Amino acid sequence: MAVLAPQRAFARLSAALAPWALPILLVVVWQAAAHTGLLSSRILPEPWAVATAFWNLALSGELWTHLKVSLWRAIAGFAVGAGLGLLLGLLNGSSRRAATLLDTTLQMIRNIPALALIPLVILWFGIDEAAKLFLLSIGVFFPMYLNTFHGIRSVDAGLIEMARSYGLSGWALYRDVILPGALPSILVGVRFSLGLVWVLLIVAETISAQAGIGYMTMNAREFLQTDVVLVGVLLYALLGKAADWSARGLERHFLRWNPAYQ
Amino acid sequence: MQINPIEEKQVSRTVDQALHGTRHGVPLSLRGLSKQYGGRTVLDAIDLEIAPGEFVAVVGRSGCGKSTLLRAIAGLERPDGGQLRIGSGDGQPEVRMMFQDARLLPWKTVLQNVALGLADGEERARAALAGVGLAERAGDWPAVLSGGQRQRVALARALVHEPQLLLLDEPLGALDALTRIEMQQLIETLWTRRGFTAVLVTHDVQEAVVLADRILLIQEGRLALDQEVALARPRARGSVDFGSLEQKVLDRVLDI
Repeated sequence: MAVLAPQRAFARLSAALAPWALPILLVVVWQAAAHTGLLSSRILPEPWAVATAFWNLALSGELWTHLKVSLWRAIAGFAVGAGLGLLLGLLNGSSRRAATLLDTTLQMIRNIPALALIPLVILWFGIDEAAKLFLLSIGVFFPMYLNTFHGIRSVDAGLIEMARSYGLSGWALYRDVILPGALPSILVGVRFSLGLVWVLLIVAETISAQAGIGYMTMNAREFLQTDVVLVGVLLYALLGKAADWSARGLERHFLRWNPAYQ
Repeated sequence: MQINPIEEKQVSRTVDQALHGTRHGVPLSLRGLSKQYGGRTVLDAIDLEIAPGEFVAVVGRSGCGKSTLLRAIAGLERPDGGQLRIGSGDGQPEVRMMFQDARLLPWKTVLQNVALGLADGEERARAALAGVGLAERAGDWPAVLSGGQRQRVALARALVHEPQLLLLDEPLGALDALTRIEMQQLIETLWTRRGFTAVLVTHDVQEAVVLADRILLIQEGRLALDQEVALARPRARGSVDFGSLEQKVLDRVLDI
């Protein structure tokens, strides 16, 4: 036992570190290649330079200003788009009449890629915040709408019948049976939307902006500051990962009854 | 007869008590009950009288209409013709249904499932869970229970409403043989103690002979057999009388 215990601890530690081995190796190779001059700093600055740039931007406060602007855009776009998607998904999922009236139209609009609307959006809204908000909202609307709609429609009819026979109806039926039954699907929509909101944000911010991570990155490109460009790219990656984490956290909390999420 | 509902309930309860102990089941009466699905007659003018507190088993081949009959009694299907009367007229009788699949809400704990549709029913739900021997599983999710335990929770959920008529739609069909025998004993015990009227749909003739006062056979939407089971409870599966009755009913089921 006394001999086995440290071995087991080592095995656990290496299992925890294993996923990070490849990224760390890549960074080491990258640093070595940049250091020996194999990799021009115009193409890719060394990791250390990126870290320094990150530090300096953080110290000067510039990083936080841009981060705050981008974060606000993402949250606002997500709230409007996913909120509307949720509402319409609930409406069309619950009411046949509403679905007949609205679903075909929504499906037609869905087939237009959000990014194909950029020229039109610029004509309508100019290059203001409104244009970005519109682009983000319309992009995240559909994954949310489709998954909510599908979730409500696919709630087990047997459970609804049972609940009705136990006297549940109206709001109680909705709260205790239909919504929780649709929740796994709704949360898939949340996850898709959260992933999509960053992609759309990157595009929206590189078109034209006076602040935000995209602006910071495009600005740095003009001055050939590849290190700052990389900081921007890394920030997007981190924010995307954070969004994914929070979506997973929501799933683990709301779907804790489901053995698949325990 | 002009008696106020409470008095009548007391009177009928006293009568029931004299007959069956503490029973308070309701009578059930079907007259010419019919149901069609797309031109096909599933129930063909069924006439049936069930006494308060009686345990009736309905057997038959798949698709004979026995489940439709039960669903019509439960109010889950609207009959196309005939009359259906539950209870002796006054007040809304308490009717509960147990399904083949337990139909527990997976996102509610065992206790919350039992308390479904009850206002402030937590204490009663706990007592009902204890009644089916699952008090210690109150806080668990249904997903971690076995099939037999889920059906026991479903039974507790039905019984917490103190049903006067309990409808059982092959609730033990998906269970293994041993669990099924345990569940049959549990249902019999609770029925003896509570005295509700019970209608059990099953394809297991032995189960019908174990539990029922009367066995009804449905063939092509009609009542083909109404067999009284006069064996003393609890019934020993191995006895000669049991075996011959089981064989008799089974022969009728198979003989079309």
